[in-house]
Amino acid sequence: MTRRAVARTLVYLSLVAATVVVLLPLVAVLLTSLKSEREMADDSGALALPDDLLNFHNYATAFQDGHMLSAFANTALILLFAIGGTVLIGSMTAYAIDRFTFRFRKLVVALFLIAALVPGVTTQVATFQIVNSFGMFDSLWAPIALYMGTDIVSIYIFLQFVRSIPTSLDEAARLDGANAFTIYRRIILPLLKPAIATVVIVEGITTYNDFYIPFLYMPSEDLGVISTSLFRFKGPFGAHWETISAGAILVIAPTLIVFLFLQRFIYNGFTQGATK
Amino acid sequence: MTDTTARAARESVPGPPAPGGAPAPRPAPLWRGATPWLFLLAPLTLLIVFTYAPIANMVAYSFTDWDGVSPELHYTGAENYAELFTRSDLFEVFWVSGYYLAASVFQIVAALYFATILSFNVRFRNFFKGVLFFPYLINGVAIGFVFLYFFQDGGTLDSVLGLLGIETDRAWLGSPTSANTSLAAVSVWRYLGLNFVLFLGAIQSIPGELHEAAELDGANRWHQFRHVIAPGIKPVLSLTVILSVSGSLSVFEIPYIMTGGATGTETFVIQTVKLAFQFNKTGLASAAAIVLLLIVLAVTWVQRRLVPDDKVDLA
Repeated sequence: MTRRAVARTLVYLSLVAATVVVLLPLVAVLLTSLKSEREMADDSGALALPDDLLNFHNYATAFQDGHMLSAFANTALILLFAIGGTVLIGSMTAYAIDRFTFRFRKLVVALFLIAALVPGVTTQVATFQIVNSFGMFDSLWAPIALYMGTDIVSIYIFLQFVRSIPTSLDEAARLDGANAFTIYRRIILPLLKPAIATVVIVEGITTYNDFYIPFLYMPSEDLGVISTSLFRFKGPFGAHWETISAGAILVIAPTLIVFLFLQRFIYNGFTQGATK
Repeated sequence: MTDTTARAARESVPGPPAPGGAPAPRPAPLWRGATPWLFLLAPLTLLIVFTYAPIANMVAYSFTDWDGVSPELHYTGAENYAELFTRSDLFEVFWVSGYYLAASVFQIVAALYFATILSFNVRFRNFFKGVLFFPYLINGVAIGFVFLYFFQDGGTLDSVLGLLGIETDRAWLGSPTSANTSLAAVSVWRYLGLNFVLFLGAIQSIPGELHEAAELDGANRWHQFRHVIAPGIKPVLSLTVILSVSGSLSVFEIPYIMTGGATGTETFVIQTVKLAFQFNKTGLASAAAIVLLLIVLAVTWVQRRLVPDDKVDLA
């Protein structure tokens, strides 16, 4: 073999090794989720194939006893309001910052810039008191308000897009007598569709996966979102790994489906989100 | 329709006295000045209420002995900060970050490697890209459970080792060193994909002519990496370093879900959360949060000084 062929083989070997490392833990959990209680007691090992590949009994248990239906409903509600709010707030901020010159503009920009650097986990000690004083503690409004109010990344994404919209469009509309709000509503917002799609995807996945905020602000069992409901599997299902595994797969499956359908947008979205 | 109403609305705003009674050609300066603030009203309110007010309150709490509930609180000066830096058990948690820092070095190198090889022509490129990135999208609690099962006695890891003929009865999460290493490995598994995709994006945005020119000049893969790819990804690399350092200092989810901070896996954020919400030491917890905030801001500031990044300039 030539040196080039050896190098090529090594490259593929490393890729296959990485694939195994990524997929193996997930496959083991998928297999476990299909096993019966009896099979688990046999202790045949995590990688043994289940007797019945279509045994969805554990999924039913996880779905019902784990209150996953209300968890998905709560998550959906939060997603709807938080993302709707984020899109409005982010696009309005971007429009105001990019299209107007006003006093303290630099200060406003700096406020948003610095806020992006503040790690959210650290400030919760004091944020908690504020949320509590509004009476939002232990209600769906706490995560909705927090996701809406502390999401700086989407403002960056919108800002990039607003900049790329030519100001001549605004001016033409202004000559036709449109005011600032009409320009925002009729010109900027429709042209921001790609940015809105990005923000919806990125914030959707982040919100769906968030654990800390719902865990901290919504201790009630009936306010569980998918993260916190799954976390509560730890107690009642104790060592019942077949049920816990089914719960984990139930949570991962929607993400996988969204990923498979929207791959390109997801890569772009997260790249834009992280590099701002 | 909207045009006429909008114009009417604007004309009704009292403008500067126009000479000769002619209608004011432009809206009043006062009104124009207010427009951007109307758009910023809600965003700024939320920003101040949920980001700046908490920081200000936190600074205030950090100088008191408040427990978060009672109406009584006493000013204690810098006592909380002194306690934080002198009580070794409170400061020890910072050493746990060392595991995650070391892991992120490995993570960045591995992400760079995979981004580089996948930027060249490789079969099944999209499949490998997807596989490497997908863990980043998975719910943290699900990842916690997947790896609790992975590391448990007779779990995935033991089964794999058994297939390879290695029998162990090691408790992977049983001792501080082993547990922290395992948890740091999980965090590499989870976050490698983001680093990788960022690097890949940066590499692919390098103009193709540069690669071709290098190839014509007889550059091999290593030379291409060293002289074409490396300079092209410098901004993203420095951003990744920052994200990794601040990420390593504020690790929370994975250890909290998997071990709850037991067996020496408690991180700074877990400790802060416990101080604030379990032990009702809001004052001390605030001081801890301020310290972490200052460290993260300092790290970011140092990076911005070392690698000036023009993209950051919004104005």
